Amino acid sequence: MKTNRRTFVGGLAATTMLSGSRVAFAQKKYDDGATDKEIKIGHTNPYSGPASSYGVIGKCEEAYWKSVNDRGGINGRMIKFITLDDGYNPAKTVECVRQLVEQDKVLCTCNTLGTPTNTAIHKYMNQKKVPMLFVATGASKWGKPKEFPWTMGYQPDYHTEAVIYAKHILANVKDPKIGVLMQNDDYGKDYWEGFKEGLGKEADRVVKHVTYEVTDPTVDSQTIQLKDSGANVFFNISIPKFAAQSMRKAAEIGWRPAQYLNNVAGQVTTTMKPAGFENVQGVITAAWLKDPTDKQWDDDAEMKAWRDWMAKYMPSANLGDVNFVYAYSVSYLMEQTLKKCGDNLTRENLMRQAANHQKLRVPGLLPGITVSTSPTDFYPVQAVQLQRFKGESWELFGDLMHAEST
Amino acid sequence: MAASSKKWLWGLLAAAFLVPLLRPVLPDIVSDYRLFLVSTMMIAAIAVLGLNLLTGFNGQISLGHGAFYAVGAYTAAVLMDQANWPYWATIPAAAIVCFIVGYLFGLPALKLEGHYLALATFALALAVPQILKYKWLEGLTGGVQGIVLNKPEVPFGLPMSEDQWLYYYVLIVMVLLYWGAANMLNSRSGRAMKAIRDYAIAADTMGIDTALYKTVTFGISAAYTGIAGALSASAIAFVAPDSFNIFLSIKFLIGLVVGGIGSLAGSVVGGIFYVLVDNSAQALSTFAKNDLGLQFDLSAYTVFGILLIVLMYLMPMGIVGGVYYLVQSMRSSMRGPQAQQQAATQKQHATR
Repeated sequence: MKTNRRTFVGGLAATTMLSGSRVAFAQKKYDDGATDKEIKIGHTNPYSGPASSYGVIGKCEEAYWKSVNDRGGINGRMIKFITLDDGYNPAKTVECVRQLVEQDKVLCTCNTLGTPTNTAIHKYMNQKKVPMLFVATGASKWGKPKEFPWTMGYQPDYHTEAVIYAKHILANVKDPKIGVLMQNDDYGKDYWEGFKEGLGKEADRVVKHVTYEVTDPTVDSQTIQLKDSGANVFFNISIPKFAAQSMRKAAEIGWRPAQYLNNVAGQVTTTMKPAGFENVQGVITAAWLKDPTDKQWDDDAEMKAWRDWMAKYMPSANLGDVNFVYAYSVSYLMEQTLKKCGDNLTRENLMRQAANHQKLRVPGLLPGITVSTSPTDFYPVQAVQLQRFKGESWELFGDLMHAEST
Repeated sequence: MAASSKKWLWGLLAAAFLVPLLRPVLPDIVSDYRLFLVSTMMIAAIAVLGLNLLTGFNGQISLGHGAFYAVGAYTAAVLMDQANWPYWATIPAAAIVCFIVGYLFGLPALKLEGHYLALATFALALAVPQILKYKWLEGLTGGVQGIVLNKPEVPFGLPMSEDQWLYYYVLIVMVLLYWGAANMLNSRSGRAMKAIRDYAIAADTMGIDTALYKTVTFGISAAYTGIAGALSASAIAFVAPDSFNIFLSIKFLIGLVVGGIGSLAGSVVGGIFYVLVDNSAQALSTFAKNDLGLQFDLSAYTVFGILLIVLMYLMPMGIVGGVYYLVQSMRSSMRGPQAQQQAATQKQHATR
């Protein structure tokens, strides 16, 4: 702001240029973090601590903005992407984000990671009226434009995904008796709440509900308990390690229920392969991103472009990690949003443009899934599609499902 | 010596009270963010002081003071959230709760010496975040979701920003706590605490009730750290189990060792050090990678570790001990060889 005023005064002094500069200023509008040459975006991510496996997301986003700058930036402006390590500690996130907003003066934040960490800064960002775009969490509380007009989510939330499984079970399984395995934390509970909501009056169809802690060595005993309950449907709310263990164990003890696996563990190399392909035939999950380890995308144009990009900007990275597809897709959406802002780079306009995407195709999303937002709809990606495991890869079936329930 | 250090102290206090008033004049230098950062430093300084009372002045090692910090923070948060207590009233409540918890934990800990005590407290620090997530407590603690709070509002319509007020609030609490600690350490009880640290059997023989002093010191130490936790709940306006992981306890210990064990001023320096390094470690590691052309990633904790090792080699008595030694040796080199010997004996006293 200050430099603008100074250049403006300079423009006034140079009388010959007076009219010219006036026209220029009538067109271009800036808030903190945006100038003629640069746009600053803030980001927090755990690079250290218990959730540091998500660190690749921040690294990939940094590389993405570098590639944007190599292409000449957005409307002639270079992107300065400032990413800070919060170690997944909410208290630290508050410090980092205050630094980003008050010291570095970023225009907005993008894809800040974690549910507790984003909760800690939710109120602050909305008080300061700084856009908090496309947060990286599966909780369902980020799309509330009335209470929090400066915060927007990105991915389909766990809650809605679970509703979809519940509806599918009721429609397709005869006389379902459901056993649920759940990780005992916020992520697990989000799924569980959604699942119960989806079952509605038939919530007593759940005959057994067992939990595990993320520090447990195995879930063998939980799997045996589920079998003993006589369940014929297995809803699996677990991360890849435990998903693989439980599905393998189920096959070993001869339990063959209809299996529903949460999207969190839907990767071929980290879940399905260790579980044993012969043990996971017919497992159903919902997806919205293309899994880079799934052979069906080997010749896909978007995924080829993504692989070329990875080879150039993240040469030593593990191509099987779906987090890279995730980071690539969300950065692409941010880039498109900034492009649409044109020369009006105010925070208000940025929010307006973020809430004004119509069927935007974002690479990395499943075929047919697009991003649509509106001033009352702050959930960019809402569609998922069910897929069934067959042979060594997933096979999509049925229609895209739009989760309008939220 | 004593008179000049007192002058310094008053000067520092005056500066601490006056500088934030410059905010309207120099908004870029005395910004809200910096005031907030200094507030977090002071909160850390209180927590480190709490640990110092136990480790530095009473000789009991704790690796788990993050647990008391968490208990303090949650006591304050639950009282504000569920019972609508004003934020300032939660400070004594947190102190009392943490004193009781610390005292009770101190009882079995009496049987444990040295490393065993360190391990027991370590277990406590690991357990507390899990306990906070426990389902029976969820209604109170909010489970993994934590509790969102309001920042302290500026009272009496004072023309201040929220961060300015927070700064003064924390500063006042810190000054009171340091004043209390200094007085306690200079009293009969303080000397008893130190006697136990120096030679427990001798202290026992002199008629000091070592069991009582050890447990009460544990309680007071926990209360100090708990107050710091309560202040942090107000400052961050959010508590969640993830904020109180094991690294927090380790950081307190680092602050203590770096600042200077058994020194009140060292606790302040230690608190400032760990917040400062914690914030700049990442900047340093990116600097090493981008500007110095380092080929591999240097994690923030690595930078932290290297700095610690360097500091321990250069100033084994912590920053305060090191500075004190430097000042002493400079003075004596000006005075001549005779005084040098005198200073050497003085140094020995200082390092005790």
